[in-house]
Parts: sequence; C-alpha cells; structure tokens
Amino acid sequence: MEEADVVQVEPGTARTEVVEATAPPPRAALGRPADAWLTTVNLLIGLWTGLLSFVLLGWMIPLALALTPLFMVGLPILAVALFLCRRFGRLERGRYRLVLGVDIPDPYPARAPETSAVERFRTWVRTPASWREAGYHLLRFPLSAVQVVLVVAAWLLPLGALTLPIYNWSLPHGGANLWLFTVRTWWMTVLVFVIGVVLLLNAPLMVRLLGISDVALARRLLGPDLSARVGELERSRAAVVVSAEEERRRIERDLHDGAQQRLVALAMQLGRARSRFGTDPEGARKLLDEAHSEAKLALAELRDLARGLHPAVLTDRGLDAALSGLAARAPIPVVVEVDPAAGDRAVPVVDAIAYFVVAEALTNVAKHSQATRAAVVVRRLDGQLRVVVTDDGIGGADPRLGTGLRGLADRVSGVDGRLHVDSPAGGPTVLTVELPCAS
Amino acid sequence: MRVVIAEDSVLLREGLARLLDEAGFDVVEAVADGEQLLRSVADHTPDVVVADVRMPPTHTDEGLRAALVIRKRWPATAVLVLSQYVEERYATELLAGDTKGVGYLLKDRVADVDEFVAALRRVGEGGAALDPEVVSQLLLRGRRRPLDALTPREQEVLKLMAEGRSNGAIAAAMVVTDGAVEKHVSSIFTKLGLAPADTDHRRVLAVLSYLDGR
Repeated sequence: MEEADVVQVEPGTARTEVVEATAPPPRAALGRPADAWLTTVNLLIGLWTGLLSFVLLGWMIPLALALTPLFMVGLPILAVALFLCRRFGRLERGRYRLVLGVDIPDPYPARAPETSAVERFRTWVRTPASWREAGYHLLRFPLSAVQVVLVVAAWLLPLGALTLPIYNWSLPHGGANLWLFTVRTWWMTVLVFVIGVVLLLNAPLMVRLLGISDVALARRLLGPDLSARVGELERSRAAVVVSAEEERRRIERDLHDGAQQRLVALAMQLGRARSRFGTDPEGARKLLDEAHSEAKLALAELRDLARGLHPAVLTDRGLDAALSGLAARAPIPVVVEVDPAAGDRAVPVVDAIAYFVVAEALTNVAKHSQATRAAVVVRRLDGQLRVVVTDDGIGGADPRLGTGLRGLADRVSGVDGRLHVDSPAGGPTVLTVELPCAS
Repeated sequence: MRVVIAEDSVLLREGLARLLDEAGFDVVEAVADGEQLLRSVADHTPDVVVADVRMPPTHTDEGLRAALVIRKRWPATAVLVLSQYVEERYATELLAGDTKGVGYLLKDRVADVDEFVAALRRVGEGGAALDPEVVSQLLLRGRRRPLDALTPREQEVLKLMAEGRSNGAIAAAMVVTDGAVEKHVSSIFTKLGLAPADTDHRRVLAVLSYLDGR
C-alpha cells in the first residue's frame, strides 16, 4: 500500500507557486539609451489610453458610487464601469508588455466557468484587484498629463538651449527672450549652451526615472497583490493540513470501528468453536460458519478502505481506467469521457485529486440527487485539468453544507485549483473542478 | 492438474499451496514474482497458473502482465489471476481475444474454498471464471442497455453465465432444472441478438464481448 499521497499535498507544490508568483525585476534598466525612447513613447501612448479611460470612467465610477445608496440605481452603471475597468486593464497591461516588454500578470483569479452575470458582478465587487484597477484608471489621465509635461520638458529644454546660439546668430539685432532675462552677450549664450548639454545628457535619466516610477505604480495597481496571494496560500495550506488530519482520523476510525471489531468478533467465535469442539461438534460448526462470514466481511471492509485511500488502478492505468472503474461501480449509468491529452500523467497528486473529486461527486449523486444518469468529462486545456461532473438529479447541492464537498474544496485549493458547484433547486447539478497541472 | 502459484506474500503462498494440495492439485512450484513465474512456466508448462496481480519489484500489475505473456506464449497453460480489487479495465485486457482458460477473481474468494477450487478447475479445463463483481461492473457499465428486455430471472442467468458457469452449475445455484436454464439461455441469446453458441466457453465469450460493447 503506497503512502496516501492523496491527502498529503506536497508542501513543495505550494512553495514553487510562490516563486512563480513573485514579479520579475522591472526590465526598465538604467543602462540602455533605447529605454529612454521606449519610455517616452510609452508615456505618450499612456496619455491617450488614459484619456480614453478617464472620459468613460471618470464620471461613471463616482456616479455609480453616488447612486448606489439610492435604491441601488448605481449598480448597473457600476457593473458597466467594472467591466470597462477590466477591458482597459487588459489594454494597459498589453501596452506595458508591447512597448516596454514589462510583463504585468493578470491580478484576477481565473473565474469559475459557467457563472451567471450576477454572480460574476458580485465577484468583481468583492475582488480588491478590481478596485485597485479602477483607481489606476482614474489616476492614469492626470498622472499622464504631468508625466508628459515633464517628459516633453526633459527633451525640449536642452534642445532649445542648444539651438540658442544659432537662434541668436540668425536674428539681426539678437536677444532671445528667456523668461526673466534676455540673452545678449556671447558668454551668456555659451553658458546656456553648456546648460543645454548637461540637460541633454541628463534627459534620458530623467525620463527613465519617470518610466520606472510609472511601471512601479502600474505593477502595484494593475498586477496581482502578492500579500493577498500569500494570505491565500497560508489559508489553503492550513485547510490542507486540517483536511489531511481529518482524513487520518477518519481512516483510524474506520479501521477501529470496522475491520478491527470484526476481527475481534472473529477471534472470539473461533475461541468458542474451539472450546465446543469436543462436546458439541454441531455447535462448533455453526460458530465456524459465522466466523468464516465474519472474516469475509472484514476483508471486504478493508478492501473498500484501502481502495478509498488510493486505487491501485490509478497508478497502474491512469485516470481514465480509474474513473471507468468508479463509473462501473456507481448505481446509475455514468458516461465517462477522458480526453486523451488528459491521460498524460505528469502530476500524480493532481490525478489523485481529480479521482477523489469524481468519487465524492458520484457518491453524492447516488446519495442525495435522485439522478437517473450522470456524466464525467475530463479535459486538459492550457495547463489546467478540468473535471466536470453533471447529473440530472434534483439539485440543491451546496458546498457549504456537505462536509464531503468542503473537504474536496480544501483539497482542490491545496494545489491552487478551484471547485465550483452549480446546483439550482430542481437540477441539473454541475460540479466543475479546475486543477493546474504543469503542461 | 499441475499448478504453479505466484504470490509474493509468504503466508498466502504457503496457504494456497496447502489448500490446493488438499483439494488434489499437483502444485509443482510456488514463486514470488513475475519473472520467476515466467521461468517456472517455461520449465514446467503447468496446466494452470494462479497469479497475484501485485508482485515485486514494482508492486503494480506485474502478475497481470505476466499472465498476458503466458497466454500469448504458452496458450496451453490456463491462467487464474487473483487481485485485491477487481477492475473492469484489467478484466477487458485479460479477456481480450480468447477467453480459453482465463480467470479473474477477487483474492477474498479464496476464503470460499470449495467455490475457489471449482473455479480453478474450470479454468484449468479451458473454461472461464470471472468474479461476480467484475460481471456486475460490466452489467452496470451500460454501454448498451437492451438488457432491460430480459426478465429478472434471465438477468440472473446472464450474470452467472458471464461468470463462466456451466448450465449445471447455474441450475444448482438458482435451484431450477437444467432444462429451465437451457430455456433461459436460448431466450437470452435470442433477445440480445447473439448467435447461439455450442460450448460453455464460447457462450461466455459471446456474453462478455456483448457486455463490453465490442
């Protein structure tokens, strides 16, 4: 019997995730002249994208927030605003990636599939990332205005200073007007020229400093909040530890209440049979018969327990075979469809979790749903293993109520997966689990 | 009937050897893993092999793979595979092609000594023995479901037939006459649209391939 690698999600899986989640160092380095140009271009484009989002969101968000206390009138506006926020956010992140090559990861947890619009809106409002993004869009235009003024000044001031001698020379009676004083003498001209050179040499640095602060702000507001991620990981790790502990307790209890008790009874019956053997052979035979069936029951219980821990067929033949075994044992017809690409068994833990999700789901279907049919579909899409279990039962399944489903949710979150149950009263129930698996 | 036993647990190996010895089999060798099993079959060409699915070194499906090799290389040697769990997938692999002299039973069935011995004999004589649990899995699998056309009695007969039992054994199990069983069997074959089969063994094959949707 191999270790139940099912309940003990390797802590390493979570840790590598953290490493991947940390942002790469900002690529706007200080050594490349080209970066100053790219930054300039980026800031200039940012002015226009900022203008676009400001024109739309600048009134929408305040209006929505102001109207919401008033019979919730603001909610639809808020929904549109948040939707636009996301679109613009994608646009802005694309801008940083395309122009600067700075990769800002999407801050949103990928959403559970097949959710209603209302449900989605609720998640948006509840996600802090939405509000950080909204803040960015409101800040973008005023900030861009300042940035562009500074950038233009940084490039054009030295340009003006450098061309001053030519300017002065080309005028007949000379004297360029520089705010407070007029440049008349040649040494003044030279001084301005030297200042121009210094400014020109410093311009790229100025621009890049602007660019770096801009990227830092974008990362902060458009990117994922790492501290939230750490909290999430801590929570999911705690949940995994707890569910592993519960699992162990359950195994101990099952052994103790089941097979162990049966074996005790068996030993007793054998003892009684032995003492009766000389005096009452017929009675002894009866007792032996009972002992025999007791032993077989103990075997069956142990078998079920071990299979529940980790089905051998999963290790030997993969998910497809294990799931078809599950389906075969289900009391109602179950169709199993496993996409061949999902048969690539790179991550045993993920396979095991997928198996338990289906096992638990089918158990629930049999127990509560009154369904006549069920279907299990396993697909692998861009690094995700997606398991969908549907049944035509009465619905009304709630992960917050059933301990089985909650345990599953913990286990799934332990590998950064997501579990989603859609089970309206009257059915059908659709349980979807997405598990990240390195592809 | 000459038997080779392959089982890694010493306790079970010795127990099986003793049990089969008492039942009148000639146990020529008892080995502990798949490789030794193949060697032993090459040496002795026994009538029948009893093999555990999980054996060293990998503790996965060694026994099953050895069984498949034996079926290919020594078709005269029948194989009865014992397993802690029966899985439909293993059954279909084992039964692929010909079911002459194949068995696939839960390990626990050894406890019912008489039935186990009868199943081993049946396999050794070229018949089939399938665990009732595999059969119910296959029946439940529902790849095709005109099984609803069968009466409950007929379903029961079908199940016993799929396990590889002869008409006489089915009659004994259901406490009816042989004639009644024959009537049920021909009715089942008609309803499922299977060609009538003359021998027990061909019958099992027909039923299994039907259940498996092949």
